[in-house]
Amino acid sequence: METVTTAIRIIPLEHYIILCAALFSIGVAGVLFRRNTIIILMCIELMLNSVNLLLTAFSAYHSDPAGQVFVFFIMVVAAAEVAVGLAILVMMKRNINSVDINLLNRLKW
Amino acid sequence: MTFLFYLLAAVAILTAMMVVLSRNPVGSVIHLVLCFLAIAGHFILLNAQFLAVVHIIVYTGAILVLFLFVIMLLNLNPTNEPRKTPLTRFIALIAGGLLFLVLIASLRGAMEIRAANPFNHEIGLVRDLGKVLFKDFLVPFEISSVLFISAMVGAVLLGKRDPLTKN
Amino acid sequence: MVNPATLAYYSWFVPLFPLAGFLVNSLFSRFLKGGRAGYIASLSVGISFLYSLILFFIVRDNHQFAYTLKLFSFIQTAGFSIPFEFLIDSLSVTMMLIVTGVGLLIHVYSIGYMKEDERFNEFFAQMNLFTFSMLLLVMGANYLILFIGWEGVGLCSYLLIGFWYKQADYNLAARKAFVMNRIGDLGFILGIFLLFFTFGTLSFHEIFSKLEGVSSGTLTISLITLFLLIGALGKSAQIPLYTWLPDAMAGPTPISALIHAATMVTAGVYMIARSSALYVLAPFTMTLIVIIGLATALLAAVIALYQNDIKKVLAYSTVSQLGYMFLALGLGAFSSAVFHLTTHAFFKALLFLAAGSVIHALHGEQDIRKMGGLKSFLPYTYWVFLAGTLAISGIPPFSGFFSKDEILVQAWTANPLLYILALSGALLTCFYMFRLLFLTFSGENRWKPFTASPHESPAVMVIPLVLLAVLSFAGGFVNIPELFGGSASFNRLLAPALAVASGHHSLSHHTEWTLLLISLLLLAGSIALGWIIFVKMSRVPGPDGLIRPWYNRIVFKKFYVDEAYHYFFVRPYEYLSSTLFENLERNVINRIVNFTGNLAFEAGAVIRRLQNGNISFYAFVMVAGILFFFILNLIIT
Repeated sequence: METVTTAIRIIPLEHYIILCAALFSIGVAGVLFRRNTIIILMCIELMLNSVNLLLTAFSAYHSDPAGQVFVFFIMVVAAAEVAVGLAILVMMKRNINSVDINLLNRLKW
Repeated sequence: MTFLFYLLAAVAILTAMMVVLSRNPVGSVIHLVLCFLAIAGHFILLNAQFLAVVHIIVYTGAILVLFLFVIMLLNLNPTNEPRKTPLTRFIALIAGGLLFLVLIASLRGAMEIRAANPFNHEIGLVRDLGKVLFKDFLVPFEISSVLFISAMVGAVLLGKRDPLTKN
Repeated sequence: MVNPATLAYYSWFVPLFPLAGFLVNSLFSRFLKGGRAGYIASLSVGISFLYSLILFFIVRDNHQFAYTLKLFSFIQTAGFSIPFEFLIDSLSVTMMLIVTGVGLLIHVYSIGYMKEDERFNEFFAQMNLFTFSMLLLVMGANYLILFIGWEGVGLCSYLLIGFWYKQADYNLAARKAFVMNRIGDLGFILGIFLLFFTFGTLSFHEIFSKLEGVSSGTLTISLITLFLLIGALGKSAQIPLYTWLPDAMAGPTPISALIHAATMVTAGVYMIARSSALYVLAPFTMTLIVIIGLATALLAAVIALYQNDIKKVLAYSTVSQLGYMFLALGLGAFSSAVFHLTTHAFFKALLFLAAGSVIHALHGEQDIRKMGGLKSFLPYTYWVFLAGTLAISGIPPFSGFFSKDEILVQAWTANPLLYILALSGALLTCFYMFRLLFLTFSGENRWKPFTASPHESPAVMVIPLVLLAVLSFAGGFVNIPELFGGSASFNRLLAPALAVASGHHSLSHHTEWTLLLISLLLLAGSIALGWIIFVKMSRVPGPDGLIRPWYNRIVFKKFYVDEAYHYFFVRPYEYLSSTLFENLERNVINRIVNFTGNLAFEAGAVIRRLQNGNISFYAFVMVAGILFFFILNLIIT
């Protein structure tokens, strides 16, 4: 256990920043890349998780528990978002029988 | 330990890319599960044991299972998903890559920050985190429960078939 | 005994009640069924009348009583302070009594007259608003409050002339009155600006106290008085702004009586009398007033000779009588002008209301050629109309005799020529009024083919008529001149509020008696002439289309004044407007406006393509925006 608890001292913070930036960018690219709304929702989850990871990394590095509490709250929001998002998805599938994001093109006026 | 970090990082990035690239939505979910497990491993490396457990329970156990349910419920198979044009996909990749570079460049300043507090490996434990959560963040915690309730009500309302449109 | 100042302090009750009546009648109009609105309106004016009466006795019993009641600060900035204040002195109290007293009688009369009208409640609301504005006008202690009331009565006049707005002509008449008054108001407001510019205040007392030692005939004073005079000419229908008043007869008859005979049109006379301290210092303006007043009196009297509409005759006689008031003002006999104003309010209101009773009886017929022989059908109306006619003709001992005689005597003192002209005007007045009386009530029935049998008006209309007839008869007794052993108490009452023009000398009693006898003989002669022509010979004016000799036609066409105004002012204005419309509006302004509109339209058409409704595109733009700002941030730091 001792080795695990001190891992933070060995691994530099910038590694986590690069990792999280990569995960976040993959999420953004995924949102732009796919047309399936459910995949887009997953990519949003991915982005949220990358932020969670970065917050935890900073929290551990500074030994400040507030960051981890924020992660907790983000999880709450993410869960709520997924519940509503999936409900919208189900309704969309029911009404237009598709989950293609390009069919949702009424957001004009 | 450094090896463990690189391994988990590699797994997380690869599975994340597979989430985006996989043609099958079920495959995407499975890769996302793996990705989240890798992130949970990172949490353990960061001494955030409580978060790691919660993460596995909430994301892997609840949210992704919900995704899976919905995919199966709606009977989404890979063949019926139209793909975007190659140009759009190229632009998306460029945008993602640019964003990565810009994020690294922007967060460059954060790398020079020195630790604000003396090192304490116990902050991620349930005992310490619980104290903070229920002392300093009690009101936001309660408000988040309201958010949950409203999200639940909203989900139920959206999921219900509208009696007017049915006829 | 209550302290007079305490009672005067509550004088704000007087305008308050008509205002309350207006608010109740207009806001709760739909809940007021039957004649309730009329009772509320009459009651509110009645209370004001009673309070005015109390104030009158206070002013009468306390010599030189003048109380300034400051209600609140109306306009207050650095170096500029106009309080909302009322002035209670003999002049304002007299006017308040006329406004509320005659107003009360006309309100009561209107309950009967307007009974059938579907906009009964609105009528009384507007009447109350008028009374309120008129009270503000006469009670205001500075020119601004006076001006507020001035504009308020103008508005009510407009509303009530066009009360039957469904007839297009009536709207035009209302508009004409409004525009003509506006010309006058412009002059008035310029005068107010100049007053403020010169004296730094608008309060009557402060301005008049600063006039001590100002020499007579300075340019500033002349300009101020001229500007104020323009306002008075518009409001009091004098040459050249008189043509609106005959057209204003489009309104209901009680309105003609209240606004266009008894009260509002006398506002100009009141204003000049109130500003008498300024006017005595402007001899040029005074001369101008004499000329205008005399010319108006004669012109309107001549026009009235050939009018065939019962209300038009009375309207022109109003213009003519206002001319007499202006004559008196111009001669510096301010109290005579106010005295004539008072008696005129009585007998002209009476004549109008009696005419209204005739019109009511004949179901809206106003042409005297279709009347005649109504004496036996409308006995009360006939007798009160006779009383009014005698009063306006100046037959002793009716009220008009005292007031008109005073003016004539003043004219003689100034210049015998003025006296001759004024007397000929009075003879014309006498003649056309008896012509009106005879054509309406004597002779044979000419209404038979047109209307059903006429009927006398209900008591609610007759009682105010009788009261006004009593006032028309007895109104002159308040100011019996010394010639008849009186003490001219009305003039003495008003004296503290008015300035005295210099250079007046009283006539010997011998001369006065001679003048009086001459005028009475001539009046009797003109009555006799009228009787011979219209009763004995039963002459009836010919139809409108009759070919008349030129001197006759000019008068019948009212000296073509309306046509001349149309030709000299309306037509050039219309030409200017259409030219500007064609050239400036269409070619310049429209192009600029259209260009601006098209610019926005074209820009919108381009930018609209960005908003294509595609969520993926929106997400992409969002990412691009975030990237842009991140990069911007990197470049800057």
